[in-house]
Amino acid sequence: MMEVAGLTVRFGGVTPLDGMTVTFDSGTCGLIGPNGAGKTTFFNVLSGFVRPLRGNVRALGDDLLAMPHYKRARWGLRRTFQTEQAIEELSVADNVALAHEHSRQGSRASRRADVRSALAFVGLEVAPHAKVETLGARDRRLVEIARAVVGRPRVVLLDEPAAGLPDEETEHVGRVIRGIPEHTGALVVLVDHDMSLVSACCDTTAVLDFGKLIAAGPTAEVLRDENVVRAYLGTEPVS
Amino acid sequence: MRVTRPRIRVRHPATAVVLLLVVLLAMPQALSTYWIDVLTAVAIYSVVALGLGLLMGRVGLVSLGQIAVLALGAWVAARLDFATSIPFPLVLLIAGTITMVLGTLVGLPALRLSGLYLALITLMLAGAITVVLTTTNFPNGGPGFLGHTESSFGNPAVRRPGIAGGDAAYFRYTVIVAALMFTLVFWHVHSRPGRAWAAIRQSEPAALAAGVNITTYKLWAWALASFVTGVAGGLLAGSVGKLYTYQFPTRDSIILLAVVLMGGIYNLWGAVVAGALMKLLPALLDNWGLPPDLLIILFGAGVLQVLLTAPGGLAGQVPKDLARLGQRLATLSGRRAPEGEAP
Repeated sequence: MMEVAGLTVRFGGVTPLDGMTVTFDSGTCGLIGPNGAGKTTFFNVLSGFVRPLRGNVRALGDDLLAMPHYKRARWGLRRTFQTEQAIEELSVADNVALAHEHSRQGSRASRRADVRSALAFVGLEVAPHAKVETLGARDRRLVEIARAVVGRPRVVLLDEPAAGLPDEETEHVGRVIRGIPEHTGALVVLVDHDMSLVSACCDTTAVLDFGKLIAAGPTAEVLRDENVVRAYLGTEPVS
Repeated sequence: MRVTRPRIRVRHPATAVVLLLVVLLAMPQALSTYWIDVLTAVAIYSVVALGLGLLMGRVGLVSLGQIAVLALGAWVAARLDFATSIPFPLVLLIAGTITMVLGTLVGLPALRLSGLYLALITLMLAGAITVVLTTTNFPNGGPGFLGHTESSFGNPAVRRPGIAGGDAAYFRYTVIVAALMFTLVFWHVHSRPGRAWAAIRQSEPAALAAGVNITTYKLWAWALASFVTGVAGGLLAGSVGKLYTYQFPTRDSIILLAVVLMGGIYNLWGAVVAGALMKLLPALLDNWGLPPDLLIILFGAGVLQVLLTAPGGLAGQVPKDLARLGQRLATLSGRRAPEGEAP
């Protein structure tokens, strides 16, 4: 469980997060909102790239914001990026090992087994020693997801993990995302604009607009919510 | 899932070992003392290029102060050599370690700066070190902490190891130490630090999100680069015997950057090519009666060529070109083959 209370971020005159308060229970939770709603800023606060003005985040009982950023990954916070960040120069296996070898979990052999298990879990069909620079968009996304689930992650943040992929590949990514809580026991927060992906993966969803939470609850209900429809489509009648 | 090792990884160390044996056994037999000295310098500057290649190619940190770091290593080695009677390998190790500490201090601004600003800061630091060295001079057996005496008559040379007193033997010694430095860096690049550096170079946010402590790993890179450069300084002290400030001009740091780019910053072989460009090419030009200043023009054109067409440098481009040539020859000979054969 991750409890976010009164989280506020300000960049000069812009307030991307304005007293955001929400609880992500378990399983896969969606986080949606129009462009500029503050979704990625929220992830950046959790990762430690952005320091909030106010507010706190308790994840599984620990004060996340009190940890130095590199230690959050060691604690079990993992993420993917809107623009995919698989390390091109490294092999597929080394990309995944990178996230695990700083975790100090288990022995070297068990970590190697974890890397193989993560690669098998995401369904990558390329050789583990293949360089990432030789892979296509789908496989790079899967490498990044494997990096986020290797070992024992506790909170996995996925920032538009299927952006730019065709439908059938998005379906595969969706199946992988749905499997993460069961495979790892981690809480997954999925940010995406693809409502069919969010509906397919998330039991509950929270909606941000202008840095404020405007709705939260079971995904199907939230997507029908009047405020959510208005935030996405606007209020002016179409003539 | 079975992990098969790519063939290329096996082939490279094998090539290195064969090349090393040829260099160690055949070259000193075939060459005059002059060329042996030149090749010793090539081996030493390969290690300096290795340090800069590590910083730039692996971590993405620019340094225009590596020749000053080399001078620091040479100074410390010469000082230890005159002041104590500790064995030469230990002198190298201590010179490397002290240079590592000093070089890491140089790396501290790199935690906050990058690109042009980092290049400028390291260049200014190199200038500062050169200014200090011009005043203090290199130790030459004199008294006191600085170990320098103005009287130039009868000054001893920096001693060489007992087993490598002659030029050919010292060349072999240098090549072996250089190979050890390459192995050390190779081992780093292909293990945890190498993966962390690759992540830092491509995307610091991705590295942080994977739990990489960026501060530690950047300083680690400076420490390793300074260590190997310090050891190279020690080798240089033993090679030339008498050290003078003019052997370490600040502009050499810029030329080093040019040759490292031309050799290839993403490839350890690039450092060997860079060492040859830096020390063998001037000797060849000299031998052919051409002015050494021609090098500046050649290097300028070379860097331009690399930046525009071959970012991997010679070490990245030549194998690709050779493979392409091989393919083309194979296609040509295939065309000539009689028809009806299995494709």
